Amino acid sequence: MQVKEYKPLIVAFCCNWCSYAGADLAGNNRLSYPADVKIIRVPCSCRVNPMFILRAFQRGADGVIICGCHPGDCHYTSGNYYTRRRMAALFSMLDFLGIEKERTRVEWVSAAEGAKFAATMNEFAETVASLGENKRLEDLRCKR
Amino acid sequence: MRKVSLDSINKVFAKISESNKLYLPVDGSDGVAVYTEWSEGKEWSNALNTVRSPKDFFFPQMENLMEFKTSGKNIELVDIRDEKEDFVIFGVRACDVRSFDILDRVFLSDPVDSFYASRREHGIIVSVACSKPSETCFCKTFGIDAANPDGDVTAWKTEDSVYFVANTEKGEAFMKKIEDLTEECDDSAVTAQKERIAKIMEKLPLADLSTDAFGGGKTDTFFNAPEWDELSQTCLGCGTCTFVCPTCQCYDIKDFNTGNGVIRYRCWDSCMYSEFTKMAHGNNRLSQKERFRQRFMHKLVYYPENNEGIFGCVGCGRCLAKCPISMNIVKVMKKIGGNKSE
Amino acid sequence: MQKITKDQLVEKTVALLSDGTVSAVLGWSRGEFDYDITPAVFKTAEDLKENFVWNDFCGANFSKYLVAQTGKVEGKILVFLKPCDTYSFNQLLTEHRFDREKVYAVGIPCEGMADIAKVKEIVGDGIVSIEADGENLKVSTLYEDAPALVNAKDVMAERCVNCKSKKHVAYDELMGDDGEVIESNRFDEVARLEAMTPDERFAFWQNELSRCIRCNACRDACPACTCEKCVFDNPASSVENKAPANSFEEKMFHIIRAFHVAGRCTDCGECSRVCPQNIPLHLLNRKFIKDINEFYGEYQAGAEVGSRAPLVDYTTEDLEPGEVFDRGDKDA
Repeated sequence: MQVKEYKPLIVAFCCNWCSYAGADLAGNNRLSYPADVKIIRVPCSCRVNPMFILRAFQRGADGVIICGCHPGDCHYTSGNYYTRRRMAALFSMLDFLGIEKERTRVEWVSAAEGAKFAATMNEFAETVASLGENKRLEDLRCKR
Repeated sequence: MRKVSLDSINKVFAKISESNKLYLPVDGSDGVAVYTEWSEGKEWSNALNTVRSPKDFFFPQMENLMEFKTSGKNIELVDIRDEKEDFVIFGVRACDVRSFDILDRVFLSDPVDSFYASRREHGIIVSVACSKPSETCFCKTFGIDAANPDGDVTAWKTEDSVYFVANTEKGEAFMKKIEDLTEECDDSAVTAQKERIAKIMEKLPLADLSTDAFGGGKTDTFFNAPEWDELSQTCLGCGTCTFVCPTCQCYDIKDFNTGNGVIRYRCWDSCMYSEFTKMAHGNNRLSQKERFRQRFMHKLVYYPENNEGIFGCVGCGRCLAKCPISMNIVKVMKKIGGNKSE
Repeated sequence: MQKITKDQLVEKTVALLSDGTVSAVLGWSRGEFDYDITPAVFKTAEDLKENFVWNDFCGANFSKYLVAQTGKVEGKILVFLKPCDTYSFNQLLTEHRFDREKVYAVGIPCEGMADIAKVKEIVGDGIVSIEADGENLKVSTLYEDAPALVNAKDVMAERCVNCKSKKHVAYDELMGDDGEVIESNRFDEVARLEAMTPDERFAFWQNELSRCIRCNACRDACPACTCEKCVFDNPASSVENKAPANSFEEKMFHIIRAFHVAGRCTDCGECSRVCPQNIPLHLLNRKFIKDINEFYGEYQAGAEVGSRAPLVDYTTEDLEPGEVFDRGDKDA
């Protein structure tokens, strides 16, 4: 029997205006990043409700990353500033509950930063891979 | 009657757990007793009772009923029921033992709930008499004798010993297993304890609480009583009373989408919740007053109406101790039954 | 021992009822025992004289009831507010959850409320009466001939031991003396957990949250939780779940509950008071408060009406989410 190589499943929430375009650019430039990064496009990084992150973990994600426009560049002026505060509070809470803090991340990626997008995803996937499967925020029902 | 010294009770537990899983109240990390599987080092709690009632053993808060697996256009139905083995619940109080009868009348009447029936069949209940009832106890109101509980085996715990009497075949088999560890004895110590408990029961603050005003056929008497407004006005609508209650039996059946199939599960529901018994047309109880009334009417009128006058409450006092606003069945009975004994 | 007496409160209330200033009173109603006190709406002087109580077990925070009751009562409703309740009162006003004009708020001093579980730990079960006796509570039980004297300080609820303020931040009328904001040690327990390793913290919360029975009492008692329809009650939300199905569901519920009130939670402690399973839920809320204080500057929800909660505010210089772990005392 072949042992399946462990590849972490990453959910990346990308804002429509910067980071999703950045991911597009990475693709156009043939930059490679793991196929197990699943991108979910959101209008703005501040659309990401903490529930989305928990639900991603529930459904089998091993890492969740949120990408938005650089602070000051938000298409809606201030959305990513709210993201920054909310996620700071949420990530700190996850850490407080003993959940590996390396599984969650926020990165600012502009539409011009295809290379940064690919590099970020490669690096994040590697970090999450080194942690192994998400056990502390898993829902066994979804792994049957 | 047989007895074992209290110092050797762990030997009895060890003997039983050789062949069966044994659950008994053990003090948790917060100092509150909770039914726990016995293993070496676990001590039988001295607490009067657990916050969570033992109804979990037969009617767990959440259980999976079946699973649907999809592949392409096919749906496969999987029976995920696990076969039960005999298990022992030790240290159940008289009120909670009675609660099993109340649940039986719901789950074992036609159509029989096979999940419940299987657990009930495999459960061996060792009850223990109460020696220090709490001020919140009112089991006597419902004709329960705290000094002489039912169950497959009845136990009495004194200062230095535990006494056993088997009441059923299951109980006889249980006693057989621990025969070498126990010795035959007379019942003088138990009789003395029963007398002592009877005296305490008389002195309990709720000893005079009466059910005379309630029972089947009283729906019209109470349904539109003006007191419901006042009683329910500060109810938070949480489910604490229903979830700590040993006799609350309402449940919901729901589907959980796992991403690659569906698990159909059953979980406790609470008549205090806004989504309770919601149906296609919407909800039939729109205000907290209606929901609140439902809970107490069910226990005091509807249940006895369908079950030969037996009330749907056992007087364990859990809701008295745990309601965030201290509203409970005793206050309801006194307020609403006070001048309506006809 | 409370400094103000029940009689003073009843006298004041009866006067305000009879001169028409208020038409209803939100107060504490006596129970079967001396400690099982129910919040109630009083409408007559007779009812007040007969059933109103004020003692060391009047812990319930009435602020949230104003959301529903101000809509039901003709005229003004009188509400008694202990110092900590006034913060919740202000926070609800900030969120426009009730009409200030319909409320007559009476601030009353509080010397700390007792926790009946702590009383029982000391004197045992079978309590038949509890009376205030100077600094002590005189507790009679079924099992002891002589009543036990328990110092009120020894049985004080956790939230009162760590009281953050004896100052009333909102009232129409104050009875007795106002107090001061107190330097409390309320974040000590959070700091103790922060100093643990992630594995230890995980084990700690796994143990605590595994007791959850999902009764929703923490949410329903919380003065900051006033959504008309909670996401956890909404079948269309796809996260509605009536049971703590597994450890994931337990964590999700409690993270979301605490997160939703982060920045708005006044730390009144009702969540932990009402939890039937003794889960220290206030620690989750306090973690958010402590973080917010450290990340964005000291903030006390409800200290003033109209203040902007930190999570609906920002500066361009805020720290990055990745930086929250690199602040010295952390285990990182």
